Amino acid sequence: MHYTFQDILMRLKQYWAERGCIIQEPYDLEVGAGTMCPETFLRVLGPRPYRVAYIQPSRRPADGRYGENPNRLYKHWQLQVILKPSPEDIQQQYLDSLEAIGIDLGKHDIKFEEDNWESPTLGAWGIGWQVMLDGLEITQFTYFQQCGGLDLDVVPVELTYGMERLAAFLQNKSSVYEIEWAPGVSYGDVRRAEELQFSVYNFELADLASLWKLFELHEAEAKRLLEAWPEYPEKRRFPLLAAYDQVLKCSHLFNLLDSRGAISVTERAALIGRVRKLAVGVAQAWLEQNGAEVVG
Amino acid sequence: MKRLPFLLEIGTEEIPDWMISPALEHLRELFAAFLQEQHLSSEPIAISVDGTPRRLVLEARDLPERQPDSEEWILGPPVTAGLREGRPTAAAEGFARKMGVPVQELEITETPRGQYLGCRRRIQGRSARELLAAALPGLILNIRFPKTMYWTGKGGPRFIRPIRWLVALLGEEIVPFELAGVASGNLSRGHRLLGAGQIAVAPENYRDLLRENYVLVSAEERQRKIQTDIAHLLAGTELRWRPDPALLDTLVYLTEYPTAILGSFDAEFLNLPEEVLITVMRHHQKYFSVVYADGRLAPHFIAVMNTAADPEGLVRQGNERVLRARFSDAVFFWQVDQQKRLADRVPLLAQITYQAKLGSYLDKARRMVRLGRRLARMLKADAAPVERAAWLAKCDLTTEMVKEFPELQGVMGGLYARQQGEPEEVWRAVYEHYRPESMEDAIPSTLSGRLVALADKLDSLQGCFRLGLAPSGSRDPFALRRAAQGVVRILIEGSLPLPLRRLIGQDQALVEFFEDRLRYYFREARGFRYDEINAVLAAGWDDLTDLEARLVAVQAVRPTEDFEPLAASFKRIKNILRQAGVAATLPARGSAIRENLLERGPERELYAAFRHVRTQVRRWRRARQYREALTAIASLRAAVDLYFDRVLVNAPDPQIRHNRLTMLSELLGEFSAIADFSEIVTTQQEEK
Repeated sequence: MHYTFQDILMRLKQYWAERGCIIQEPYDLEVGAGTMCPETFLRVLGPRPYRVAYIQPSRRPADGRYGENPNRLYKHWQLQVILKPSPEDIQQQYLDSLEAIGIDLGKHDIKFEEDNWESPTLGAWGIGWQVMLDGLEITQFTYFQQCGGLDLDVVPVELTYGMERLAAFLQNKSSVYEIEWAPGVSYGDVRRAEELQFSVYNFELADLASLWKLFELHEAEAKRLLEAWPEYPEKRRFPLLAAYDQVLKCSHLFNLLDSRGAISVTERAALIGRVRKLAVGVAQAWLEQNGAEVVG
Repeated sequence: MKRLPFLLEIGTEEIPDWMISPALEHLRELFAAFLQEQHLSSEPIAISVDGTPRRLVLEARDLPERQPDSEEWILGPPVTAGLREGRPTAAAEGFARKMGVPVQELEITETPRGQYLGCRRRIQGRSARELLAAALPGLILNIRFPKTMYWTGKGGPRFIRPIRWLVALLGEEIVPFELAGVASGNLSRGHRLLGAGQIAVAPENYRDLLRENYVLVSAEERQRKIQTDIAHLLAGTELRWRPDPALLDTLVYLTEYPTAILGSFDAEFLNLPEEVLITVMRHHQKYFSVVYADGRLAPHFIAVMNTAADPEGLVRQGNERVLRARFSDAVFFWQVDQQKRLADRVPLLAQITYQAKLGSYLDKARRMVRLGRRLARMLKADAAPVERAAWLAKCDLTTEMVKEFPELQGVMGGLYARQQGEPEEVWRAVYEHYRPESMEDAIPSTLSGRLVALADKLDSLQGCFRLGLAPSGSRDPFALRRAAQGVVRILIEGSLPLPLRRLIGQDQALVEFFEDRLRYYFREARGFRYDEINAVLAAGWDDLTDLEARLVAVQAVRPTEDFEPLAASFKRIKNILRQAGVAATLPARGSAIRENLLERGPERELYAAFRHVRTQVRRWRRARQYREALTAIASLRAAVDLYFDRVLVNAPDPQIRHNRLTMLSELLGEFSAIADFSEIVTTQQEEK
């Protein structure tokens, strides 16, 4: 028997719910990876334990292929799991999660190959592996070390499952579009039009001048908020989460501009620096905002 | 004393394959130093290390159970205060009481500060188990890794990956300690999927028990298994595998129980260039390529699993599917890239920065064209293919294939250039212009390729040094060491008589950087002695083929009877001149020696020999026959020896003294152009 795409998603969520994770729904803004959602980026800061799992559609404009390439997508689904602090038997728990979606590990080859993760725009990095199943990378497994430029008090583990790859593997499909999403409905039925239209928009029709303007507007808004933070009297009420949304907008716009080749190599480093500065600003303020709660 | 076997197993999550061997070597060093420090190694103790991705293992046979007992001298009062008229004073008695010995047993000892009373105290050696328990946590955390992490929380211990279990046994007994919340014990773990989660081990049965649990602790055994597996897979077929030692090593340290499988791919993909197929298989999937007996690539691959078997073929199918997807991508890139010719991609290079202050790759391409042309003209070679290749060399950086597979840079440019009808001299030069990428790698095979490679590397070196971006320590982001090493090898092994010194200009740091590369090359790759290398470098260098010819000559003449004694005399001359404040230089023309001031006998004889040999040497040098030239110089030995025996250089008459110094200076100057003999370390000196 095999599971549909939605079966696999539900089974994994079920699996992690049984291990103490709250199940979140996707964050409602465009992000390049599940790591960028506040549920990861902000929750890993500070000493408070936290466990969460969520599906996050992740948008990478440069990877768009008009719905034609069988393995590359503008938007793909990640299952993001954060366990803070990381349990000692986390590797085993992870392997058991694969069994839970029908992979008989006794018949397959699993390797943990070095792959340290880094996100310059978030000032974040970690140590870990890409998990290889029969030569296919299915998961990024990372022990976070720094986030928002800050050493983490407690080391969380982040598991990022690439859902389309896993599903194509389990269903033995050579194209993601052939994945059975639900009985009788393919991944292509659900998503191909979106892949095509966003590829056309990103690569052909998006107005570069507008994108630049939007980037600057969102950056200015985030800055304005961060500048207001030190003087703001009642810290608890201060909308840092709204400031962080502006950072996410900047990051996505950056990716859009980048996919169009609108950013030169030198500009690139400078722009990444600008977004990182905002992300680091939010991370530090967020720690201060939540510090009182931690002590009390 | 009783001797015991010792076993340490550091159980971790998967350590990056390339870090394991160096870590094990360092562990061995740390452990050997510990034994020595603690006097546990009076006799040589066999320490062996081995490891897999999940365990670093150290075994030592015959560890002494405890340190030897020792004696310590405890100093008491000085004799002047401790004895009065040969009898112990109150001070001596007090000291004896404190030490718990009868006062008569105190002894007198000599110290640099005079005579003292003292006594011996016997110290019992501590047990090895106790010493190990105290030392191991620190020792383990001291193992060097290129990058470490923390996992128990901020401020916690750092290691390459989380430590999950520890086995530490001395004989049957556990060496008790705790590290990162893990207590040492006798429980190991088997293969993650095939072995038991807990295995009670002892030093004697450790390896066997682990083998039963699908862990081959010995890297050598894993390597043998991979090779045997492959031999079995291919037996009876017309297929061979392409041995790849680096990849084999990676797979050995990526697995605890390796098993090789043979997979296939659609023969249609063989239409892609072999370079692309091999890169995808090797770098991205860690597969060995498979060829037919005639060397042609076959549509098969060998993957190495970290498990015992693939009975249903699921692992093979999975790997085949991944490879198909990768190859399909490559086909797509190959087709898309062909839509824009390399020559039309040149303007796109303006958008790729080489280095902020050195401009874009377009700027670099322009400089490479100019420099390539200059080099070709210096060699009176055809500059046209060099300029064309330099102009196209970096264009593949804008192709989808190189963006996806950066390790194919250069190679792809060459393949696209060939496909687009560029002549062989041009496409091959593009293809090979990053060579040599290591000491083992070949230099470019054509003259144009060599000149484009030189232009590229020299441009990087000069530009970066001008900006003060010289490599420091292990930081070498622009790979300048490799570039300079490449320049050295291309010039020498390609026999290109180009004036390197003139090409790199006045930058003293760059000159010294090259001298370091030259020393390294001649010593490590060519086996010359360091003093011979220093001698020819000190005589000046520019054209490296000439430098090499001089070095070969020095090496050849060195064992002859007269050479080293003459080198010693030259050193003496150099010292005399230095003390007199005279430089060993030649006058612009003719000679400043005044013949009428030369004394009959040894001085005139040396002068005559000097003039005679000078004529010969100049002729040999012009013909670059350095061996003959050096032999001629060495023939001066008898005359020089006699001169120093009989002639006083520091003559009382200032005119004569000056004339003698002049002759020595000209002699030294004349004969130091091939090699500075004073750099030669003579046998006599070494014996001192």
